[in-house]
Amino acid sequence: MKSHPKAMLAAAVLLLAGTLPTPGLARDQFDAPETVTIDALAHLYRPVEFSHKRHAKLARCKDCHHHTTGHQDMDPNCVRCHAHSPEASIVSCKDCHTKKQFYPEQVAAAGNPNLYHIDKPGLKGAYHLNCVPCHAKKNAPSHCEGCHALTDTGKQFFHLGGQTQGKANPARGSHAR
Amino acid sequence: MNQPIDRRGFLQGGLAASAAATISLAKKTEAATFEGYPNAMGVLVDLSRCVGCRSCEAACNQEQHLPAPAKPFNDFSVFGERHHGQKRRTDETRYTVVNRYEVPGREHPLFRKIQCNHCMEPACLTSCFVNAYTKTPEGAVVYNVDVCVGCRTCMVACPFYIPTFRYSSAFQPRIMKCVFCHETRLSKGLPPACVEACPQEALTFGRRTDLVEMGRQRIRENPGTYVDHLYGEHEVGGTAWMYLSPAPFEQVGFDISVPKEPILNYVKDFLSIVPMVLTIWPALFAGFHLLAARKDKLEQQKKNEGEV
Repeated sequence: MKSHPKAMLAAAVLLLAGTLPTPGLARDQFDAPETVTIDALAHLYRPVEFSHKRHAKLARCKDCHHHTTGHQDMDPNCVRCHAHSPEASIVSCKDCHTKKQFYPEQVAAAGNPNLYHIDKPGLKGAYHLNCVPCHAKKNAPSHCEGCHALTDTGKQFFHLGGQTQGKANPARGSHAR
Repeated sequence: MNQPIDRRGFLQGGLAASAAATISLAKKTEAATFEGYPNAMGVLVDLSRCVGCRSCEAACNQEQHLPAPAKPFNDFSVFGERHHGQKRRTDETRYTVVNRYEVPGREHPLFRKIQCNHCMEPACLTSCFVNAYTKTPEGAVVYNVDVCVGCRTCMVACPFYIPTFRYSSAFQPRIMKCVFCHETRLSKGLPPACVEACPQEALTFGRRTDLVEMGRQRIRENPGTYVDHLYGEHEVGGTAWMYLSPAPFEQVGFDISVPKEPILNYVKDFLSIVPMVLTIWPALFAGFHLLAARKDKLEQQKKNEGEV
C-alpha cells in the first residue's frame, strides 16, 4: 500500500491536536488562592504563608499539580495511564496527600493489591519532595529555617540554646532504669 | 569381655559414636529456618531523598528520653566529626545517627541514617544466652534489661555494630539500642518517631512485604535513579529496615560483605552438637575409662593370684 506523505503528516497533526488538552477546560492560576497557609507542623515551626500567586508565575500548574489541573503531565510514567485524564475535581494538595501518614489507614491502603499508587507521599512529604529540589535549583532558600521559623517548642526539640552539653533530658526517668 | 581395648580401638569407637550423634542432630536443624512474621512492619530508607536535616535524630532523642546532645540537632558540623577515623556511630546517647557521604561524580552529598535494622533472625538475639532480646510479631527487636547480665556478646554478634553499652552508669549499666519505638508507638500501630519527623519522607513505614513492593516500584519507575538493589531484603537473612541508594552501597558506608543468610546459620550446626557433647560425652568416656580400668584391675588381680 502506498501512502501519501502529506496525508500522513496531516493525519499526524490531527492526531496530536486531538490529544492536547482543550485550553478552555484547564484551570489556570487565576482560579487559585493567592496564599496558602501551611500549618500542619505548627507546634515545631511557625506557619508558612505560601504565596501561590508568586509561585504560579514561576512555574507551570502541572509542575506541582501533576495532571489534576487539566494540563497534560509529561512524566512518561504518569502518561501511561493519565495521557487523557481530564481536569480533576480535587486540585488541592491536602485532598490527596494526607496530613497523617503511615498510620494504620495508610498502611492498610498500601497493601491493597488493586491499588497502583501504593507509594503516595503524605502532605509533608509531598510538599518537601516537590518544593526542595526546585528551591535548590533556583537558589531559593532550601535549608530548613529558610522557610520555617522555629517555635519555642521547635527550639527545644532541636536542643537549641543552652540545653546541650550532656545534661540529662528533663523528661528522662520513665525509661532510664 | 576380657578382650583388652587398645588405644586405637578406644579412639575409633569414641569418634564414630560422636560423629553418628552429630549427623543425626544436624539434620534436624536444617528445617528450622524462620521466614519472619507475616505482618511484621519495616521502614524503607531512601538515600536519594534524605537531606541530612537530622530531624530523625532529634525525634528519637525526645521519644526515647535520651540525654541531651553535645551539639544542637541542627548543627551540621557533626557530619565532619571523626572518632578513631570513623564517622559517627550509635552510642548510649543516640539510637540513630545520620552521616554525610561525598560520592565521587555526584553534585550533592548523600546522607545515610543508621539505627538497628531489626533483622528477621537477629544475631544479637541468637547470641544472647539469657534471652534478653525478643523479635516481636510487629517486627521490632526489643531488649529486656531485667535479665541482661551485661556480657555484651550481642555487641560482638551484631553485623551492623549497633547495640552499645551504657558504660557511663556504674549502677544502671545496660545495652542501649533502637527498639523501633515498640512500646510507645509500634505496638499501637503508629510509625516510629523518626519516621514521623522526617520532612522528606526519606523514611517510609509500612508492612515489610509492602515495602519490598514499593522499593521495587521506585527502582523500576525511576530508571537511572537507584542502584538496582534493596539493601536488607536478603542481607543477613532479611532486615525490617531496608535501604534504597542512588550510589553503589559500598560508597555510602554499607557493608556489602555481610552474608545473605542469617548469622545464626554459621553457628547453628556447631551449636546443635553442644548439648550432645555435654550430655553424651561424659557418660561415654566415663564408660571407656571404667572398661579400661577394669581390665587393668583384672590383670593386676591375675598377677597377684600368680604370685601367691
